[in-house]
Amino acid sequence: MKLPIYLDYNATTPVDPQVVEAMMPFFTESFGNAASRNHAFGWQVEQVVEDARESIGSAIGASGKEIVFTSGATESNNLAILGVAEFYQKKGKHIITSPIEHKAVIDPCQALEQRGYEITFLDVDKDGCIDLKQLEESIREDTILVSLMAGNNEIGTLNPLKEIGEITRAKGVIFHTDATQAVGKIPIDVDEMKIDLLSMTAHKMYGPKGVGALYVRRKKPRVRLSPIMFGGGHERGMRSGTLNVTGIVGFAKALELSISEISSEAERLIGLRQRLFERLSAELDYIFLNGHPTQRLPNNLNLSFGYVEGESLMMGVSDLAVSSGSACTSASLEPSYVLRALGVGDDLAHSSIRFGMGRFTTVEEVDYTADKIIVAVKRLREMSPLYEMVKEGVDLSTVEWSSH
Amino acid sequence: MAYSEKVIDHYSEPRNVGSLDKSDNSVGTGLVGAPECGDVMKLQIQVDPETKEIVDAKFKTFGCGSAIASSSLATEWVKGKSIDEAMSIQNTEIVEELSLPPVKIHCSVLAEDAIKAAITDYKSRNQD
Ligand SMILES: Cc1ncc(COP(=O)(O)O)c(C=O)c1O
Ligand code: FES
Repeated sequence: MKLPIYLDYNATTPVDPQVVEAMMPFFTESFGNAASRNHAFGWQVEQVVEDARESIGSAIGASGKEIVFTSGATESNNLAILGVAEFYQKKGKHIITSPIEHKAVIDPCQALEQRGYEITFLDVDKDGCIDLKQLEESIREDTILVSLMAGNNEIGTLNPLKEIGEITRAKGVIFHTDATQAVGKIPIDVDEMKIDLLSMTAHKMYGPKGVGALYVRRKKPRVRLSPIMFGGGHERGMRSGTLNVTGIVGFAKALELSISEISSEAERLIGLRQRLFERLSAELDYIFLNGHPTQRLPNNLNLSFGYVEGESLMMGVSDLAVSSGSACTSASLEPSYVLRALGVGDDLAHSSIRFGMGRFTTVEEVDYTADKIIVAVKRLREMSPLYEMVKEGVDLSTVEWSSH
Repeated sequence: MAYSEKVIDHYSEPRNVGSLDKSDNSVGTGLVGAPECGDVMKLQIQVDPETKEIVDAKFKTFGCGSAIASSSLATEWVKGKSIDEAMSIQNTEIVEELSLPPVKIHCSVLAEDAIKAAITDYKSRNQD
């Protein structure tokens, strides 16, 4: 076992060696510009890009023609939201989303708010689930877009895409999903789920950073977008810029590998996730699971260790690479907005740790992680005035704290 | 974030972790911060009633590594000082000693507040 142990697969993943191998020839040998129509260097890579497009499309039940390559999910989300907002502004200026979306969805929505659009943020319950009835009731004459993620990057909760798609299609509203965390991990079919726009990125699925795609439905209904970048008119005018051929090749290869083992890998990761949770729960009290217990990404476990602050916990397990929703780890000194939206108390948000498992995570690593966390939590609780008070029977909510 | 060696030292081997009997009149207890803010410090001092010297100090802290280190250092510094001397400890001295970066300055402020709160508590219990 090699230290440190990487358990932040929801942040990014290493590139699979098979992916690197597939990319190599396109740096030095087949380096052409896919838009060069007048020589073999161009034709050759154009074909490679079209094959990659087909392959990526088929992984989500789409055709290659519906794939627009981008620099990653941030750009895909921006293109989807700003592009729809611009194109359909005559129809309306109302967009529905949720407060626990990635910032790459929330921030473009808020930018639109400044430009006279109206954004409805649906409520989420303590597990991070939306209420389908509220979604249905929130759709109006002037609603042009519903943007709801497939799987949440912090707490892992999955949205019921099929049920959402039923509602939006029946109401004639475009449905965008940020599926960055879900593609290659859980089955997604844009037709079955009635998804109209879907964002993804290669670096969460063992592909390279800086390449992603937006799926844009071509028929029933045809979705139109205004571009957000202008230039050479690549990607049918929706996204100008010379195609990142190496990245695209790597992206396609990475997705093929993920799809080829999607169900067995999900099962393995769920097993590891359970094992970690059970080992920790057996030794520690006051552990709280953040996110939905079963409707969650196979590889994500987010726990709050009551009365222990997250950054100090991470410091105590310095050979584990995890992340925390604590304010102390953020420059803003605000705890995670996702956990806040769930109504997790700020104290527990400060105590949260996200474990993200992946392709190279082993049972041995999980056991080591559990042991390390148990020791560190116990040690920090010895040092925690809150744990001491709780053990003495003090109800912390009745204490008059001196905030600063 | 990279921590200074001194922060790591205090975090790994905190000095004076524990509790003193808060009902004892020679003990002053300071409890500052709030769970919602992500940091709570409890700092206690034991004072010699004759000499007014702080003879023992203990702390417990819920907070980041810098907050733990600040309170650990605070207990070290107050021991052996008179309560008046301890009252004059400044958070800037803690920042300097532990090389805290700007985002962690409030952790040292909390430690200063905790010392002052403990002394104030002691004084309020021992008004002549
Ligand atoms: C749900 C979600 N959306 C969007 C992004 C942004 O992706 P990218 O880094 O490719 O821009 C991420 C990753 O950070 C994510 O987890
Ligand atoms: S306790 Fe939050 S930054 Fe130190």
